[in-house]
Amino acid sequence: MGKLFEKFPDPLARLIVVVAALFALGAFAYFVLIPKPVKDVEMQWADAIKREKARPVKYAGFHVCEECHGEIQKKKQTGYHKDLSCETCHGPAKAHTENPDKVKPAIPTARTFCPQCHAFNPSRPRGFPQINPVAHNPLKPCSSCHNPHDPKPPTTPKECSACHGEIARMKAVSHHVQLECTVCHVAPQQHKVSPRSVKPSKPQVREFCGKCHGKDAKEKLAANAPKIDMGEHGEKYVCWQCHYPHSPEVEQ
Amino acid sequence: MNGRRTFLRGFLSVLLSGGAIGGILRILPSRADAREAPPKGKKWYGFGVSVDKCIGCARCMDACKNENNVPKEPFFVRTWVERYITRKNGQTTVKAIAPGDEATPETVSDKTILRSFFVPKLCNQCASPACVQVCPVGATFQTEDGVVLVNEKTCIGCRYCIQACPYGARYLHPKTHTADKCTFCYHRISKGQLPACVEVCPTQARIFGDLNAAASPMSRFLRMNKIHTLKPGLNTEPKVFYANLDGEVR
Repeated sequence: MGKLFEKFPDPLARLIVVVAALFALGAFAYFVLIPKPVKDVEMQWADAIKREKARPVKYAGFHVCEECHGEIQKKKQTGYHKDLSCETCHGPAKAHTENPDKVKPAIPTARTFCPQCHAFNPSRPRGFPQINPVAHNPLKPCSSCHNPHDPKPPTTPKECSACHGEIARMKAVSHHVQLECTVCHVAPQQHKVSPRSVKPSKPQVREFCGKCHGKDAKEKLAANAPKIDMGEHGEKYVCWQCHYPHSPEVEQ
Repeated sequence: MNGRRTFLRGFLSVLLSGGAIGGILRILPSRADAREAPPKGKKWYGFGVSVDKCIGCARCMDACKNENNVPKEPFFVRTWVERYITRKNGQTTVKAIAPGDEATPETVSDKTILRSFFVPKLCNQCASPACVQVCPVGATFQTEDGVVLVNEKTCIGCRYCIQACPYGARYLHPKTHTADKCTFCYHRISKGQLPACVEVCPTQARIFGDLNAAASPMSRFLRMNKIHTLKPGLNTEPKVFYANLDGEVR
């Protein structure tokens, strides 16, 4: 040991001793003093995964409810709400499954609840059933006419707008506001009872629109309608490939 | 001559010691390289969103807050829904909706609207996550099944990951002061249940499942739709897949 230090000048030898001691201290602290879970991220991660998995579940899941509420489930199965989970409306129900008598899930009855999905909103996809909550039977709770487990119109609708509200509202502010739906569509009576199996007719040919919009149209309804030359205008296309008949676009 | 030799020796030793320190502490970004999908038979979770089906009812946001103890204030969300309105002059406005929002004033009579739709968003659980790379303490990590989690015991709340996430999917939890984000409801999916938002979505706009499964709603979704992901150019390899996504959505 002494021999080793003889080679170095005295200050350097001292420095080497100090540095070596520091290293030893550091190594001792790292390997002995600091417990493994603090150093090892893999252990921390495994621990975090365990903690994450142990968190309490609050939504029980769609298949649990039918064990007790089979009748409602059966009713729901054939209606428009068949794909809805019970907890979509009734809220988290895990606590209810564990203690059915004490904890009851919410039954939303307020008129503000259903419009969260069914209020008219132009950003909603086409064909989704929507109403105007201000004009649609004001103050009446939704469930007085519609059974939420099997929702459908309470009576056979008289007006097309009862189901095709979006189209009706669009038409109401368009140039076609004066036209009844039946001017262009023939709706069999059966369509109102089973709307998906019996469908109303739609115009098939260019000449149908031409009755009003052709250059020499004689239809009285269309005295002020914009006229085009059916021979030149649109060529191979049918009218509704460019113009949406429920809200026809016009040059402004 | 001698000067150059000493300089090179010093320079080299500094380089080597840096590598040694990095190797010992094991916190270099190389630890967070993109994870490959595991072989068939092992779980590799993914998420599907049908933009066309979303009605913007915000049930998912409600359910997420209930299930995961997310603060009720609208600012803190693990999943959210954006409303896009593209006008005829080409301008697009985006606004995150909130549960219980009043019906919006815009109607079909607003002729300046060209098209409008809702886009649900959540953590993309990237296979190559930026948030994991930047975490200085290794508190956020990727599980074997491809879910990015936050270890709230070691998170120091530095918000670096919140900055790094290109999708804005993270927030700082006001109570724990740690980063928080969507976990695909890890506690639910590990028991075989669906994430809460998928559970309550009334129109099946949200789909969840194992990307490795041969037949599942998830693999069917990927097979039958035209699929896009958000910001694919960033090479984060998101595992949230969007069907019928508008080009305006980033």
